[in-house]
Amino acid sequence: MTIFGWIQLAVFTGLLLSMTKPAGLFLARVLDPAGRTFLDPILKPVERLAYRAMGVKPASEQSWKAYAFSLMAFSAAGTAFSFLILRHQDLLPLNPQGFGPMSGHLAFNTAVSFASNTNWQNYAGESTLSYFSQMVALTFQNFASAAVGVAVAAALVRGIARHAAATIGNFWVDLIRVTLYLLLPLSLVYGILLVWQGVPETFGANVKAAGFEAGQVIARGPVASQEAIKMLGTNGGGFFNANSAHPFENPTPLSNFIEMLSIFLIPAGLTWYFGASVKNKRHGWTLWGVMAFLFLAAAVVCWRAEAAGNPRLAALGVSQRQGNMEGKEVRFGAASSALFATVTTDASCGAVNAMHDSFTPLGGLVPLVNIQLGEVVFGGVGSGLYGMIIFVVVAVFLAGLMVGRTPEYLGKKIEAYDVKLCVLYVITTILATLGFAAAAALSKWGVAGLGNSGPHGLSEILYAYSSCAGNNGSAFAGLNGGGFAYNMTLGLAMLAGRFLVIVPVMALAGNLGAKKIVPASGGTFPLSGFTFGALLVSTILIVGALTFLPALSLGPIVEHFIMRATTALFG
Amino acid sequence: MARRKASFLDKSILLPAIWASFAKMHPRAMARNPVMFVTEIGAALTTVALFTGGAKDVAFSAQIAAWLWFTVLFANFAEAVAEGRGKAQADALRRTRTMTIAKQVWPDGTWAPIKAEDLRKGNVILVEAGQTIAADGEIVEGVAMVDESAITGESAPVLREAGGDRSSVTGGTKVLSDWIKVVVTADPGESFLDRMIGLVEGAKRRKTPNEIALTILLSALTIVFLVVVATLKCFGTYSGVDFPVAVLVALLVCLIPTTIGGLLSAIGIAGIDRLVQKNVLAMSGRAVEAAGDVDVLLLDKTGTITLGDRQAVAFIPATGVTMGQLCEAAQLASIADETPEGRSIVVLAKEHGLRGRSLKDFPEARFAGFTAQTRMSGVDLDGRSIRKGSAEAVRALMGGGLPAEVEAQVKEIALSGGTPLVVAENGRAMGVVHLKDIVKGGLRDRFDRFRAMGIKTVMITGDNRLTAEAIAREAGVDDFLAEARPEDKLALIRKEQTKGRLVAMTGDGTNDAPALAQADVGVAMNTGTQAAKEAGNMVDLDSNPTKLLEIVETGKQMLMTRGALTTFSIANDVAKYFAILPAMLMGAFPAIAPLNVMRLGSPESAVLSAVIFNALVIVALIPLAIRGVKFRPLSAPVLLRRNLALYGAGGILIPFAGIKAIDLIITALHVA
Repeated sequence: MTIFGWIQLAVFTGLLLSMTKPAGLFLARVLDPAGRTFLDPILKPVERLAYRAMGVKPASEQSWKAYAFSLMAFSAAGTAFSFLILRHQDLLPLNPQGFGPMSGHLAFNTAVSFASNTNWQNYAGESTLSYFSQMVALTFQNFASAAVGVAVAAALVRGIARHAAATIGNFWVDLIRVTLYLLLPLSLVYGILLVWQGVPETFGANVKAAGFEAGQVIARGPVASQEAIKMLGTNGGGFFNANSAHPFENPTPLSNFIEMLSIFLIPAGLTWYFGASVKNKRHGWTLWGVMAFLFLAAAVVCWRAEAAGNPRLAALGVSQRQGNMEGKEVRFGAASSALFATVTTDASCGAVNAMHDSFTPLGGLVPLVNIQLGEVVFGGVGSGLYGMIIFVVVAVFLAGLMVGRTPEYLGKKIEAYDVKLCVLYVITTILATLGFAAAAALSKWGVAGLGNSGPHGLSEILYAYSSCAGNNGSAFAGLNGGGFAYNMTLGLAMLAGRFLVIVPVMALAGNLGAKKIVPASGGTFPLSGFTFGALLVSTILIVGALTFLPALSLGPIVEHFIMRATTALFG
Repeated sequence: MARRKASFLDKSILLPAIWASFAKMHPRAMARNPVMFVTEIGAALTTVALFTGGAKDVAFSAQIAAWLWFTVLFANFAEAVAEGRGKAQADALRRTRTMTIAKQVWPDGTWAPIKAEDLRKGNVILVEAGQTIAADGEIVEGVAMVDESAITGESAPVLREAGGDRSSVTGGTKVLSDWIKVVVTADPGESFLDRMIGLVEGAKRRKTPNEIALTILLSALTIVFLVVVATLKCFGTYSGVDFPVAVLVALLVCLIPTTIGGLLSAIGIAGIDRLVQKNVLAMSGRAVEAAGDVDVLLLDKTGTITLGDRQAVAFIPATGVTMGQLCEAAQLASIADETPEGRSIVVLAKEHGLRGRSLKDFPEARFAGFTAQTRMSGVDLDGRSIRKGSAEAVRALMGGGLPAEVEAQVKEIALSGGTPLVVAENGRAMGVVHLKDIVKGGLRDRFDRFRAMGIKTVMITGDNRLTAEAIAREAGVDDFLAEARPEDKLALIRKEQTKGRLVAMTGDGTNDAPALAQADVGVAMNTGTQAAKEAGNMVDLDSNPTKLLEIVETGKQMLMTRGALTTFSIANDVAKYFAILPAMLMGAFPAIAPLNVMRLGSPESAVLSAVIFNALVIVALIPLAIRGVKFRPLSAPVLLRRNLALYGAGGILIPFAGIKAIDLIITALHVA
């Protein structure tokens, strides 16, 4: 644990803190259909044109059902669109390598993966996909799925903030405004930054490097444009198989730092937007604080485990002075790799700059637990906030009675129907994760796809389904998920983890929106400060993490104790 | 009714409760409570596994099975004890509902005997002295003293008469003198007494909204843990570990929230029961819950905030009149005045050193009672004509203005919120008596505490603004509504409700009925009219409006108890994980030993200890569930901090100690 690592952690947290309010302010303007931004002179005409082209009446708002229906229709159409491109990329332009079509189940998995903001990749981009597929089928979804996530969060925030309202906004307006004013301009600037750091952006085919015996093939392509939205939109699907460990995706420690920070940018801003929208900024900041606490705790645990290295290797004479360097890039080292792993799994990004499979058991446990918590530590764009709000509602309901009133959240009474929606959300993710993982662990195809046996193999299975149901997309690299059964079950887990949980969130938005706001008084449950923060952290850990403890104890936890034991217990 | 506070360990409750705990094990009864239902199925599964050879270690599995059954029994016992306390009261009530033969009055004025159970709404019955009133009703003719002790526990008889706000009578009460004709207002089975019996027995208890929401959450947690345990079995198979049924069920039962699941209905029943002990009948659990949520209390000034009667607090003589002269005049004018105001004047005069005199001292005196025309009362004695009355009335009597200094006093008293009475003798103003509303003791403190809890108190009065403001200030209420008519009350309730606030009020008159019905918590006075009692959702048998404050406290206490035990129950899971998980894995993965942080004796004793703790904690918490957590009027942030430390942090730590202690005992006993 080096001083450089501590400085990086401190600077990272400090910058995140300072970016939260500006990002939130900008989000508030983007998410208000009448909001003004400095980009209006250029983008307002484009926005109007888009509404005309799509036949959207920006002034008319939707009920939660209409909003949810539009969202589902849009996502379904988008998934089909991406699926068709992947299936027929051989017939489409920009395919200098002449790649053939993707298999049906892989195309299903990939299309669902990108539409659900998961970006789980059962393929290697540079050896499977044409530039057209990368840019149109996938990068399009990187924008769209991120915008959908922000839209859902915005709708929920409106539902909470409004008094006896029938509508929660207009999906098409949110979609267009988030894409146009937030994601596109940011990606443009960000992409140029990455090009400056050395990320390629070209339609040229792969090149053969001279001077090597066999003539090494160096893959390239329009990388920078995909890289920017991959981080900003917490997508995480890399252009290359090695993702952000690849020097063309993430060439320098500076690009690494920017990439990490950009994952948290929008999710952090959303906490401020939320606080401002419900006129309780302290609540927004308390959520930020809880997230920051969970982030720092996880980062330190993960880094500690990685910096300590593997005592078994040390015993064999392999130096662990740099920490556990297996599967890590030398230009990042233990500190930056552990930090990246924490950030990417706190959020539902899933980009990786090191192989989580090669982490020490505890180091690998941290990303896994982060995902299983529901990715609510800043979280995915939009999904982090709405996942956190679900936890807050559960926490308020559990403990709220203790102040002697029917639980209220920001003036809205939490009643049976709201509780039902929240628990539906929680059960869906848990069922999608543990159910599919159990099926895989018991099946022949499940075990056949493993890179390791024993507890580590179980970790690989758990990680894969947690990652997919949680829409993270990062992989514990050992698993070969490319077969039919894995492609289908992982695809279904992704669908459930995204769209089955969005329905209760939308219904919650509608139901809370229709309620009256009870004015705050001395008897109102406090939603900010240390007590509430501690309550929220405990709820997240007890409801979120302890659920997975039995499964984890057979995977990374037992592996950790075996590694620490003095004698080898397994051959 | 038996108002004896039934103790938790009362034999008359305990024995039937034990029987009831077994009767309640019927799956159809258990299905009402998903958490305990799953526990029962788990217990059954474990027991079946014992006999089908599914269990390898029979002694261990048998103990697990036994304790799982105990867990179910203990939860049933908690409910049965809570119900038993109500049943004792219901039995007492039932005894008063003897088979009565009523006298049904026909339109032609004749009457014929009819059995009480044949009476229907609209029938008219005649009840004479010594008879029990056969059904709830409204007096249409006559006036009588009625002994209502069967319902209220209050032995002093009350006056009931046709017309006005004292016309309702309750079935089961007894007419002591005179006779009344009563029109029946409730069919058999729906009478007040029947409802009361149903309520205290909890027979028709329906889950309250908040209880339903909590049950959904607890059921969801149960589903989650079912998934967790079922998948753990699969992961075990992958890892080459075959978990025995007893251990898996033990883990499941320990993780699902059995503590709150087992005590939830007891808390609800006990909440209603606590109100019954305060002589308040809540028509539903929903009403008790709403009482805890109330944001605004509408309090009638008279009877709630003030003692109901004005009292004389000062004599202020006019110029040229001595204090002694004024005292004497005031005393004489009030000797025959039996109103509380009049008596208070006599008392005040006595305090000024005047000898107390009675009517007998003045056989020749002619007393003038208060009439609506004169609006004065007084006495004519030895050529002296003494009168006391409102300034207006005395002014009219004197045919001109009052002396300037008397007018000034009158104005000053009115401004301070008091009521001035002017005493005049033979057309000369002697001075002013200051009558004042007496605010009940201890209210200011109580209102302060309510304010801290975020509850706004509003005083409702027919007085003018000035008087109202002065009393409001003295009593310490947050707001007041002066010169209020019943419709103003209704409008105020609606206004607060549109703002999302919950409103509670008390009332007794028929004109209060719309407001009582509109309020979220409407407490009708038992002395009030039938209409009022039907409109409200609670009835105070003592007819004490100040009781509203206690009702709110009881509602809050019930919600707090529920929240505290929920938090405690879920927090308990942490320690149980650390007891059972290492025990389950120790056999296959000895390296996991460091996870056994409690250093429990053996895997078997660890699992058994967790299950025993889980069962015993239900019993240990029954008194808390029934008594309720101690009510403290604190602001929400302070309460949350306190209770979170107590039941949250306590809930995490206590089971570590408890499980360890049980483990030490069973290891010493060599049972596992």
